[in-house]
Amino acid sequence: MALKGLDIFKLTPKKNCKECGSPTCMAFSMKVAQGAVSIDKCPYMSQDAIDKLSEQTAPPMKTIKVGEFSLGGETVMFRHDKTFVSRCLYAVAVCDGMEDAEARLAKVPQVDYERIGERMHVEMVTVDHCSDQPEDKYLALVEKAKALGRPLILGVEDAGLAAKAVAAAKELPLVLNGANEENYEAMNKVATDAGIVLGVSAASLDALYDTVAKLEGLGNKNLILDVGSASIKDAFAGAVKIRRAALKNNDRTFGYPTYVNVAELAPGNSHMQGALASLFTTRYGSIIAMDEMDYAKALPLYGLRQNLFTDPQKPMRVTPGIYPLNGADENAICATTVDFALTYFVVSGELERSGVPVNLLISDAGGYSVLTSWAAGKFSANTIANFLKENDIEGKIKNRTLLIPGKVAVLKGELEANLPGWEIVVAPKEAVQLVKFLKDLAASRA
Amino acid sequence: MPFTDKPQVFNAAINALTFGEAGRELTLGGSNVYPLYAFDAPLANAPRVGVEVSDQGYEKAIPGLAAFYAGAETIPEQAARAAAMPGAEFVCLKLDSADPNGDNASVEDCVATVKAVYEAIDKPLVVMGCKNVEKDTELLVKVAEALQGKNVLLMSAREEDYKTLGASAVLAYGQKLCGESAVDINLAKQLNVLMSQLGVPAASTVMNLGSAAAGYGFEYVASTMDRVKSAALTQNDAMLQMPVVTPVGSEAWSVKEALLEEAEEPEWGSREERGIQMEIITAAACLASGSDAVILRHPESVKTVSEMISALL
Ligand code: SF4
Repeated sequence: MALKGLDIFKLTPKKNCKECGSPTCMAFSMKVAQGAVSIDKCPYMSQDAIDKLSEQTAPPMKTIKVGEFSLGGETVMFRHDKTFVSRCLYAVAVCDGMEDAEARLAKVPQVDYERIGERMHVEMVTVDHCSDQPEDKYLALVEKAKALGRPLILGVEDAGLAAKAVAAAKELPLVLNGANEENYEAMNKVATDAGIVLGVSAASLDALYDTVAKLEGLGNKNLILDVGSASIKDAFAGAVKIRRAALKNNDRTFGYPTYVNVAELAPGNSHMQGALASLFTTRYGSIIAMDEMDYAKALPLYGLRQNLFTDPQKPMRVTPGIYPLNGADENAICATTVDFALTYFVVSGELERSGVPVNLLISDAGGYSVLTSWAAGKFSANTIANFLKENDIEGKIKNRTLLIPGKVAVLKGELEANLPGWEIVVAPKEAVQLVKFLKDLAASRA
Repeated sequence: MPFTDKPQVFNAAINALTFGEAGRELTLGGSNVYPLYAFDAPLANAPRVGVEVSDQGYEKAIPGLAAFYAGAETIPEQAARAAAMPGAEFVCLKLDSADPNGDNASVEDCVATVKAVYEAIDKPLVVMGCKNVEKDTELLVKVAEALQGKNVLLMSAREEDYKTLGASAVLAYGQKLCGESAVDINLAKQLNVLMSQLGVPAASTVMNLGSAAAGYGFEYVASTMDRVKSAALTQNDAMLQMPVVTPVGSEAWSVKEALLEEAEEPEWGSREERGIQMEIITAAACLASGSDAVILRHPESVKTVSEMISALL
């Protein structure tokens, strides 16, 4: 929330000495309120006043760094209001009470692929300690998890063991997830000594709020809030209320990213864990931990995340190039469309469903839909012909049939003139008609 | 220091729409809080889960579907089985066979199937066309006539045929009607305004704001729903307060991730499992964004999604 000039004025020494470059303290305060000058231009501001101001002008939700990853820093409740800033991260959670913890760790790297320029993999690993297990067993599991080379979330509530685990894994980015209303002082010391993020949980939102306030009182603002595992309803309510308090109601005590362990909310139920991971990806989970990330969960979840965390102002684009589908070789027909990711996915999906081998040619069309790109001159007979020439398509592909989108049928004549020797075929206007169209086309040429 | 929460309970609400004959009716919508925010105020009605049944039968290549429908040979038998699926609250009969580019089944045959299915089930019925606008218009008018008095929900009226469907299905035969538009708040509102100008009461309609599988432009679906619910609740926009019904199964099961056989992508594992998770994950995101009902295919998806909803109440 923007601070008013008058509030800032109250904090100035009211000397009107002009050293800040403004004629009066009031004029200076107005400029600070607009963000035009920085508060430290006045040499007479007390440290107390500066702290108070930077606190009030700070973003409502802190950005917390874990290694190369940023969490939080969000400014809006809905992506259409501006954009979401930090995509949520996915973790696989193991604990020292599991028989198969090591086998689960071994499966962590199984999902690792790229989708529209983004690497999709398990970004973090949670290693939880069950109080009935021996310390050595936990430390041995941390050692095993370390080998994966990913940031670790250490779930320990005993400060002594926490210190040992943190020391054992100090070369990795860490989150120490174990502070609560009872142990927060000791845990705070372990986390701040090591310079790592501290995860906080509590029996209720009131107790969580109180504990965060106490940790902030101790000077720690490098926190993540664990929404807990009491029930699905409470975890969801927690994630929403925490985010709402920070962003809508300007309550910075809850201005931190959240941690949700859906494996604890739905033990052993992979389908429910998928449902909950989706729920918390959509509504305000920052780190979402689960038992296992297999392809069945990963493909829709990472796709969902990539969709939701795109900036509404900047459409997703695919890299221009030749995309051979259904085992297309140099004899397969060519088809072209724009580089707007949604168009690419819909068109390539339908082409794949037809089973007909096609070389899909994607040129740089500015990342817009077919008609918008065409209207902007970024998808024209010239741009398509240039793409074919620059990429030596005629040298790479022997077939001389090119399908163009039905919506730009007008380009046919000009393309034929620009691309001598090519047969330009106008495809249907809607992607859903492609399967039948291609099958008929292939049959007529067989 | 206790935490001060500020619940968002609005003076506006999503319309409550009841479909289905007395004794098997179901109400959609009605809440005055953001989607699934049951912690702000109890939801008037929980979001509903329906099962999609195609008049061309279930996909036999999916072992879980084959096992679930085993022994149910006819479409009415399959619909009856679907109605008894744990978690299912309504059945959505999809008249795929009507597609002129496919089987091109006659309107008479389709109407006969609809009537037989209606008799075979004890849950409310949604009847969905084949996506060919001309055929659907003709077909849904006849369905509305054949099931007069049964209060079924018909999907969907589009810009091209809302006049015919609104006048016949709702005004003449008293059915409920879904307006369908292409993932855009303005188009959705415009269709609702046009239907209300025609005299179709807002209380008789729901909206399909468009759907997409997770990863396939789902951001447009999510943001359209977010904006529609915000306008309905914070601005009391009566032309956006209709409950939202989202067909998820047909989208989820038709993307590459759910179609490619394990032999084609061995790393990806079981095709059925991929289809189930695509369906569950897409449905959960739809519900979080504002669907008042989702339509799914697989028994495991229906069970999981309805359990998630119950857990959130
Ligand atoms: S330097 Fe400080 S005290 Fe001097 S006029 Fe500027 S604001 Fe006032």
